[in-house]
Amino acid sequence: MSAVATARTAARRTWFPAALTVALTVVLLFLLLPVVAIFADTGPGDLISSLGDPAAREALKLSALCSLTAIAIILVVGTPAAYLLATRRFTGRAAAITAIELPLVLPPAVAGIGLLASLGPNGILGGLAGDRLVLHTAGVVVALTFVAAPFHLRQAQAAFEALDPAWLDASRTLGASPARTFARIAIPAARGGLAAGLALAWGRALGEFGATLMFAGSFRGITQTAPLAIYERFGTEFDVALALGAVLVALSGALLLSVKLLGRAPG
Amino acid sequence: MLQVETRTTLGALQLDVALDVAPGRCLALAGPSGAGKTSVLRTVAGLLRPEHGRVVCDGETWLDTDRRIDVPAEERRAGYVFQAYALFPHLTARANVAYALDHLPRRDRGKHADALLERFGVAHLCDERPRTLSGGERQRVALARALARRPRVLLLDEPLSALDTRTRASAARELGTVIAEAGAPTLLVTHDFTEAALLGHEVGVIDGGRVVQRGTAAELAATPASAFVADFTGAVVLTGTARPGPDGTTLVDLDGGGTLTSVERAEGLVAVSVYPWEIALAPAGKPDPGSARNHLAVEVLAVTAIGNRVRVGLAAPQPLTAELTAASARALELAPGARVTATFKAAATRLLVR
Repeated sequence: MSAVATARTAARRTWFPAALTVALTVVLLFLLLPVVAIFADTGPGDLISSLGDPAAREALKLSALCSLTAIAIILVVGTPAAYLLATRRFTGRAAAITAIELPLVLPPAVAGIGLLASLGPNGILGGLAGDRLVLHTAGVVVALTFVAAPFHLRQAQAAFEALDPAWLDASRTLGASPARTFARIAIPAARGGLAAGLALAWGRALGEFGATLMFAGSFRGITQTAPLAIYERFGTEFDVALALGAVLVALSGALLLSVKLLGRAPG
Repeated sequence: MLQVETRTTLGALQLDVALDVAPGRCLALAGPSGAGKTSVLRTVAGLLRPEHGRVVCDGETWLDTDRRIDVPAEERRAGYVFQAYALFPHLTARANVAYALDHLPRRDRGKHADALLERFGVAHLCDERPRTLSGGERQRVALARALARRPRVLLLDEPLSALDTRTRASAARELGTVIAEAGAPTLLVTHDFTEAALLGHEVGVIDGGRVVQRGTAAELAATPASAFVADFTGAVVLTGTARPGPDGTTLVDLDGGGTLTSVERAEGLVAVSVYPWEIALAPAGKPDPGSARNHLAVEVLAVTAIGNRVRVGLAAPQPLTAELTAASARALELAPGARVTATFKAAATRLLVR
């Protein structure tokens, strides 16, 4: 075989791996560029001074308060619900699982309209909620809970399904009631998956924009969370918007990292 | 005394079992997977509710579907050792055992758990988590945990199947002691007839959701009620005491009389297993002059035709079973009461330490 032919064969063999590498490089550049740009534009000094702005601090505080409240609600109500879905077979189970996943694919604007139509002043349950939700901080919590809950529910269900059913049976034969079995065996044995689910849900809640804007509005100190504050400022005070963005990037990155680490932890 | 009756549909299986076990006795339910063995254990433990059923333990009714009694699993005091032991992965060995002791004051639980682990020779592993333990160690922790509440009935699901062959013999011996000491009725399920014969005072062969035959292992092997039982029982199991023999062989003095030679090495109390088709029969006093080392004078107890084969139940004086073609059985004029010589090679025997 001539040297030219050999070189041609080698080229034929290497073009595909090379194309794959190029594709991955393009993906990484495209996805990381905006994140890098946020930090490139704001030096650490600018970042801190921009956060001195009381309105920015207020937005961050509100974001933390509302998202943590939503996470607490999701933890307390969603975890037992996921346990039921994971450990019992009943009619309507498949439908319930699909219903839980619906908010994942629902456009946030639709979620906002839906919340208004159900819990708004003229909604079907409007009498129940009165005017305590719309344009109130509690409304933000409702919107965040709605969009973030499925992330925890799905993850928690998967974590409970991964448990050996014999552990739960063994617990019963050792004298533990179903409630004690849930608290002492199921939750600790599934803690890695549960924590990962909460971290994902929290990440989603921190970034929530559309449903909050439509259902609770964007009032400084009352319903204006960090993403809403970024939207309000980016035309006028770009520095403040960037600084808030940087804080959210750092938080989201930390959450993602914790999800990865928790997912790797055994049991 | 444990009495169990259960009639229920489980997928394609119709489970229909009624059995009783006396205190201190072990009934081994043996059968292929999917026969419904584990479902019987789960019914006793309260983990499975049959359509119709009754479970009575020491005169206390745990389940009676007619009277709408169904005591929850946590109040039944059934010591259940699960197939893969089901130790809680997030708890240490000590905490696994202490979990069963919540009826004791909190400060006494650890001490009590340590005492139980000590009894099973694994006290030094009390701070280990299950994933760092070997199969044999896990079994001991699981036994300690199952016995922690002084169970009124002991349920063992394939207790030896998760162990490697080297650990099995010693684990089987220990398990025998545990069953005897627990003093409670014991129900054991296994897919392995030899294991059932080794651990059960009696064996119930279960197939398709029913106990098709119940008796001692030797009775089942000698007089199988059906071709299924004959196939399933497979090896005959004899008990005796082993001592070293010539040329590195082992001599086994059988309980009740007679001596066997085996190529396997063992000493002390043993179970000898040999397959019925390895045993040849010859007219009494005229042993086959071939290479086989074992010749036992036996009496024919029963002759059972299974297809083109014949199962011959023998008293040696322990029950022994030979399997021959129908033609050979006719030629030997085998009938109950006939005296013949049973012959098999030393290499056809397997020794299990009891």
